[in-house]
Amino acid sequence: MSGLPILSLMLAIPAIAAIACLFVEAKPARMIALGATLVDFALGIMLWANFDIGGAQWQFVERADLFGRFQWALGVDGVAMMLIVLSTFLMPLCILASWESIKQRVGLYMAMFLVMEVIMIGVFAAQDLLLFYIFFEGVLIPMYLIIGIWGGQNRIYAAFKFFLYTLLGSVLMLVAMIAMIREAGTTEIPVLLNYNFPPEMQTWLWLAFFASMAVKMPMWPVHTWLPDAHVQAPTAGSMILAGVLLKMGSYGFLRFMMPMFPDASAQFMWLVFALSMVAVVYTSLVALVQSDMKKLIAYSSVAHMAIVTAGLYAFNQQGIEGALIIMLSHGVVSAALFFCVGVIYDRLHTREISRYGGLAVNMPAYALFFMLFTMASIGLPGTSGFVGEFLSLAGIYEASSWAAFVCTTGIILGAAYMLYLYRRVVFGELTKDDVKAMPDLNPREWAIFVPLAAVAVWMGVYPESFLAPMRGDVTTVVARLAPAKPAGDAHLAAGKPKAAAPAHGNAKGEAHHAGGVQ
Amino acid sequence: MTADLALVWPELILTIGGLITLMLGAFAGDRQVGLYQLAALLTLAAAAVAVAALFGTQASVFSGTLAVDGFGGFAKLLIYAASFVCIAIAPRYFGDAMRAEYSALIVFAALGMGIMASSRDLMTLYVGLELNSLASYVLASFMRGDDRSSEAGLKYFVLGALASGILLFGISLLYGFSGTTDFAGVATAMAGGVNIGLLFGIVFVVAGLAFKISAVPFHMWTPDVYEGAPTPVTTFFASAPKVAAMMLLTRVLIDAMGPAGPALAAWQQIIIFLSLASIILGAVGAIGQKNIKRLLAYSSINNVGFMLIGLAAGTQQGVEAVLTYLLVYVVTTIGAFLFVMQLRDADGRMVESIPAYAGLSKRQPGLAAAMAVFLFSLAAIPPLFGFWPKYLVFEAAVNAGLVPLAVAGVVVSVIGAFYYIAIIKTMYFDEEPETVIRNGGSRVEGAVIGVSALWLSVIGYLFIPMLAATAASAASVLF
Repeated sequence: MSGLPILSLMLAIPAIAAIACLFVEAKPARMIALGATLVDFALGIMLWANFDIGGAQWQFVERADLFGRFQWALGVDGVAMMLIVLSTFLMPLCILASWESIKQRVGLYMAMFLVMEVIMIGVFAAQDLLLFYIFFEGVLIPMYLIIGIWGGQNRIYAAFKFFLYTLLGSVLMLVAMIAMIREAGTTEIPVLLNYNFPPEMQTWLWLAFFASMAVKMPMWPVHTWLPDAHVQAPTAGSMILAGVLLKMGSYGFLRFMMPMFPDASAQFMWLVFALSMVAVVYTSLVALVQSDMKKLIAYSSVAHMAIVTAGLYAFNQQGIEGALIIMLSHGVVSAALFFCVGVIYDRLHTREISRYGGLAVNMPAYALFFMLFTMASIGLPGTSGFVGEFLSLAGIYEASSWAAFVCTTGIILGAAYMLYLYRRVVFGELTKDDVKAMPDLNPREWAIFVPLAAVAVWMGVYPESFLAPMRGDVTTVVARLAPAKPAGDAHLAAGKPKAAAPAHGNAKGEAHHAGGVQ
Repeated sequence: MTADLALVWPELILTIGGLITLMLGAFAGDRQVGLYQLAALLTLAAAAVAVAALFGTQASVFSGTLAVDGFGGFAKLLIYAASFVCIAIAPRYFGDAMRAEYSALIVFAALGMGIMASSRDLMTLYVGLELNSLASYVLASFMRGDDRSSEAGLKYFVLGALASGILLFGISLLYGFSGTTDFAGVATAMAGGVNIGLLFGIVFVVAGLAFKISAVPFHMWTPDVYEGAPTPVTTFFASAPKVAAMMLLTRVLIDAMGPAGPALAAWQQIIIFLSLASIILGAVGAIGQKNIKRLLAYSSINNVGFMLIGLAAGTQQGVEAVLTYLLVYVVTTIGAFLFVMQLRDADGRMVESIPAYAGLSKRQPGLAAAMAVFLFSLAAIPPLFGFWPKYLVFEAAVNAGLVPLAVAGVVVSVIGAFYYIAIIKTMYFDEEPETVIRNGGSRVEGAVIGVSALWLSVIGYLFIPMLAATAASAASVLF
């Protein structure tokens, strides 16, 4: 096991398959893509199985001095490993989801998805700052083409918006990275993680990284590219965008901004909390009034990711663990929900909610799966969503009860828009003739739904399997943040913007609670 | 004297080879196109071999007016290679209009550019620059029957002559206030303080050279000349002279004005202005261009701006970044212009309008993919190799303390990305138009496009250690 460069192998297989896909017809291209992603998934499982919990922080480390100025350095900790497993898990499902709906330029499409897989694994496995940037930014090219070529009506606008928005955020991070490399004299991430940057410098570096990660996440108010991109992207594109690409932003928060700039993180805690609070309430309300299914789920993603950011910035074990579980859970559930939309879109070619209704009658299996994922998205106990939201909200409460209060309304609003969506699509009278004619799930769709559902339930019933590898890393981050934490004084900072309105009882409760936080 | 001659073999080979090509043209008539072409190609190849053989030599010849060093060697190799490609691709483009003078003129231009890049004296500088310019004016108007080509030649000549005048005026001021035309002598004078005369000298010399690299505000000729000149000539203008002028500017600024001391502050702010203005205007001007050659002209203005960021740093790291940038830029530009030359409509005419590329990725997937690589690379999107030189110039700027310049540069690079991806959008997203475009290229051209696209894809990163070592040894000459 030790001699096998498993991470490089996981990058090489889809890369080679991508090149092969460019030169073959549609049918073999699909088979090659499916085969390569399944092999990668198997390798991902091997990675998970061989991960030594409680062992070294960085495992499966590889390094080759290929580029002179920076290295081909790969390695994973628990967090990165779980996200890689998530990526490799979703990838074959995405390929299956596009099996029939993509008819044009299949070879190029499959190649782009495989390139995307290379890039996603690379982002999470990179141990060199520049290598990370190259992967992080590289995702623009395949996603731009996927949205632009195989997207919906308004795809060109969405593709440009996605590309330029994300690029603008990322380039500022590049300048910050140059400054970091100059200051620390190394590009190695494990070294940088323990380097103490001067506090004033941290502020600027944090802001530059924030510009990039906040767009990628996306956080309110720079989230506007996401609904456009989701609505226009093909089903599998939305699945991977919501499932993995958004996690790159939160991964950046956890990997770079928090441990590398702890003082600045504490200093800007209020900003993250404030933006997250606005995002939870605002985007949930926006989701409530959408008439387009994909847009609704896209806005719900923004709301969920806001709970992730707030959970991360709680700076405590529960908050960060919860945020990580939401990341994984949202990766599975939102991908599943986008696929739910895709299933009926393939049949009726519209995403208008009002065009559907009564699907429970003629598509019972579909209605069942949709119900499960709706509940998981809301955070019903027993599903993956509950574990993450409960943990992160508990963590947020420790840091700031006001932020916890506002974020929790997101759960209620989430239940409102998801159930409302479900009611309009699945329940009600089956009146429309074309909707009546829609057949239930075919074996291919079953094959996609079953693993997604299994994981969503597994994560809800026994989250320990997922939490165990990540726990040590979270402890490391929390320990790294600990010296800066009191300086951040979460209560005052996060409570102030809303402090004018609340009744005295609440304020007292918060003050009382302050004594309990160490 | 004889010892000096042994060190300028590349120049001697080019002079004699160019004259032979010209004589062949005069006596054998225009029918023997292949013959002149071969003579010119052999000349350039021989000169490149001579440069390679002299690599590592560091000497100053002809009473210190010309340098033989790694910096000049790097420039010459790049210039000769670009000229080689521009001769090789010409006959198919010109067809019956191909004449012997084309090859000879490019050889003479290459000679002039080699002298520019290795000059150590203001007079040598001017001689090299004029030799290159005169050849270029004729090349721009090479299609005598074509109005656009004649117009391009005239515009280039009038504005070029003006720029030469400005440069000469600057040189005369530098000479007048330092008492010498030798770079080292000028540097000594500068070290004693920059008086108003020297300052004006710096300004005028930089302005004159800025014309050659088409930096804003001396860029006006670029879009018109690029559009009007025959495409192989445009390819030439966009590659080799850019290298020569940029490296000449670098040598003048570092060698004659000094990388440190009072002159640095004087020229640094000029370069910063030129770079920002070029980046912004190059990016904004390109939006809305419908002609691919015009667009690439603005793109070259934009890229020059990024190179100037590295130069503005004024450090060895900055110069190394400029050299790396030039190499990657030349490969990308030649690839992009070769792409332009491939496409012809049903009547065999060149297709230069961007909207006509709609749906190209379906009919010419390989060609479109190569162009996409060039464009993403010009936009500096990793993992393509175009990212690396941009990273290096920003790094040099940040390390020299020019953080605001680097930030401004990266932010504007997003505007630049817009028009590059707009072309990709046309090729990949738009529906096919009625006009049929076919690939009229030869196998050799296809191979050049393929190899450059491959190199600019991730493979280029494997060459970083080699590139860095070469650039470092070339740049170290100046410090």
